[in-house]
Amino acid sequence: MASLARRRATDYTVKAVSTGFAVLSLVFLAWILWTLLARGLPALGPQVFTRVMGPPGAGGGLLNAIAGSLIQIVVALVIGTPIGLMCGTFLAENGRNTQVGNAVRFVNDVLLSAPSILIGLFVYQLLVVPFGGFSGWAGAIALAIIIIPVVVRTTEDMLNLVPIGLREAAFALGAPQWKVVTFVTWRAARAGIVTGILLALARAAGETAPLLFTSLGNNGWSVDLNAPMASLPIAIYQYAASPFEDWVALAWAGALIITVGVLTLNILSRLVLAKMK
Amino acid sequence: MTEHIVSSFDADLKELSRRVVEMGGQAERLVADSVAALVRRDTELAQRVIVLDGPVDLLQREIEEKAILTIARRQPLAGDLREIVAAMRIANDLERIGDLAKNTAKRVLALTGEFHPQKLVRGVEHMSSMVQEQLKEVLDSYAGRDDNRALEVWKRDGEIDVLYTSLFRELLTYMMEDPRNISLCTHLLFCAKNIERIGDHATNIAETIHYLATGQLLTDERPKQDTSSLTTVPFPA
Amino acid sequence: MNFAPDTSIDIASAVNRATAPSAQPKLKVEGLNFYYGENHALKNINFEIPEKRVTAMIGPSGCGKSTLLRIFNRMYQLYPGQRAEGKILFDGADLLSKTLDSTVVRSRIGMVFQKPTPFPMSIYDNIAFGVKLHESLGKAAMDERVEWCLRKAAIWEETKDRLHTSALGMSGGQQQRLCIARTIAVRPEVILLDEPTSALDPISTSKIEDLIDELKQEFTIVIVTHNMQQAARCADITSFFYLGELIEVGTSSEIFTNPREARTRDYITGRFG
Repeated sequence: MASLARRRATDYTVKAVSTGFAVLSLVFLAWILWTLLARGLPALGPQVFTRVMGPPGAGGGLLNAIAGSLIQIVVALVIGTPIGLMCGTFLAENGRNTQVGNAVRFVNDVLLSAPSILIGLFVYQLLVVPFGGFSGWAGAIALAIIIIPVVVRTTEDMLNLVPIGLREAAFALGAPQWKVVTFVTWRAARAGIVTGILLALARAAGETAPLLFTSLGNNGWSVDLNAPMASLPIAIYQYAASPFEDWVALAWAGALIITVGVLTLNILSRLVLAKMK
Repeated sequence: MTEHIVSSFDADLKELSRRVVEMGGQAERLVADSVAALVRRDTELAQRVIVLDGPVDLLQREIEEKAILTIARRQPLAGDLREIVAAMRIANDLERIGDLAKNTAKRVLALTGEFHPQKLVRGVEHMSSMVQEQLKEVLDSYAGRDDNRALEVWKRDGEIDVLYTSLFRELLTYMMEDPRNISLCTHLLFCAKNIERIGDHATNIAETIHYLATGQLLTDERPKQDTSSLTTVPFPA
Repeated sequence: MNFAPDTSIDIASAVNRATAPSAQPKLKVEGLNFYYGENHALKNINFEIPEKRVTAMIGPSGCGKSTLLRIFNRMYQLYPGQRAEGKILFDGADLLSKTLDSTVVRSRIGMVFQKPTPFPMSIYDNIAFGVKLHESLGKAAMDERVEWCLRKAAIWEETKDRLHTSALGMSGGQQQRLCIARTIAVRPEVILLDEPTSALDPISTSKIEDLIDELKQEFTIVIVTHNMQQAARCADITSFFYLGELIEVGTSSEIFTNPREARTRDYITGRFG
């Protein structure tokens, strides 16, 4: 009976410790959110969404930053998602154990965890220097390069979860491979694939470093992709460390906007998942 | 042949076979005793035979029940299925043999006090010893699942029929000589018929054993030489 | 003394004895050898599948019966490293020929798998998917085809009011019957069944066996099964495989009451395997 008591004690201790750590991480999360809300909400007025970035004290907003972020993210998605989807599909359907497949998978994993500033520098060298100027295109492409590995990985993983029997059943009816993939395998994995895309999107929305060397930021209103373009992360970067109070407040407002955006995307992805099941 | 993976199946089949063998032994004894009672006019022995037919009937019912249960439980196929079907059929034939022996014993009781011409009784005795030999052979061939021995039994049924026909003729003649003999001879005739029927059942068992061993039915015509149905004896002029 | 079972004579006489005189071989396997990489999985198979009959393939695990089944509709081509040598004649064409298009073969030889695999679509679309691969039908004609094959699969009454709901909401037995309907919808000539009821409960199993009985009037059926009683119940011809070889073939009544080979006997009476 002594060992039973000892086992019970161990059980209790471990449970207490893990609960403690869980609570600790929740505490930090709550602290961050609280700070965000406390600082950001007061600064979140209508002018944030209607006025362009302006000099300190002039009552500017974040309109051009929000617009610039949206534009660059959408373009990045349009470029990156098809590439990621096709690549992930190739890896899952035809590249399970091939040399090419393994090589692609390896490179993808490296890119997935590459520092985003490196990607920014690469695009700088490729698209900024030869053309002599920063541009929204460069920013969008840098974001696309961040999106692609995420989509590849999640697409491949989700497709691998589709049981082989489902594919065989489609083949057995006389379907060519492309139809098996598009009508059966993609459909079966669609919830997971969409979630992957939304997660990639959420990640791209918060990246600052790649945009620093590519779209640079723009203090005025511009939707021209060939010119430097503003974005929320860069605006925050500019405003947060400045000595001007209203700029700092705007930075917090921008941070809150990004956070709410990402949160909404995550909730959206869960709803999509649930609806598709 | 190797054992079944489910060993209780083997146990079931062995038990069934053992019971059939036991029933065969009891039937053999009944036949021997009934003929001995007839020859020696032993009414006590005859009584015993009549009583001892009961357990034989009981055994047949038990064997049938166990066979049906085994079919339901095991869904037997091929050789196993033939074993079970054979056991049921042989038990059936043995039960009829027991009944025929009992019938003979009953007639012994009816014949008390009558005068017995030795010649006729000897004829019946001879035929019955042949039949008892057939029965023994066929039961041995079941125990050994021996197709060749069973086929020998099957072929020899014709000889018994020949004997029966001649016995039939003799009894008819005897009855015509002296009407006082009719009662005795009629009983003897029925006893002879019983013994001939026992021989036929032994041949049935031989056919079943052939099916058990080979999976084929014996489709040839059984050698039948019983022409007693065509036998008449002309009235002495 | 010849120890190799002479199966070429067996099947002809078996077919003649068991069935009506019009049973022609629909599929004829000649000298088939199959390899999983280096592993010689099927050894010199010579085998005939008669038309419009149910032929069962039985044998212990790993004997090659499923392998052979999957060669008939060229499923092995999906996997590199698997290769087949020999000939399989189907209406005069060699199924193993490299010039024959797999999708054409599969439109005439359909397969139902062990685990029910409804597509993540509505019941209607599940069936339409297969049909659209090979024919282009107007809406009315498609509706008719869907109804026809659902009726043939004995599942029309249970699904007619929910044709456009997801197929994933059905029970296992219903899903398997849907898979059978889906296979029939393409109007194949041969239906291959790979242990179709081993994942189902007894009642669903019985319904599908009843279905097989009916389907054999129109289609040639080949079924692989672990369940010997099922083979005895459903099949006209039964073949026994062991370690990649065809050991014995004959009518089901012969194989199950009086098989010739000792290995067949031992397997079906439960003495090994």
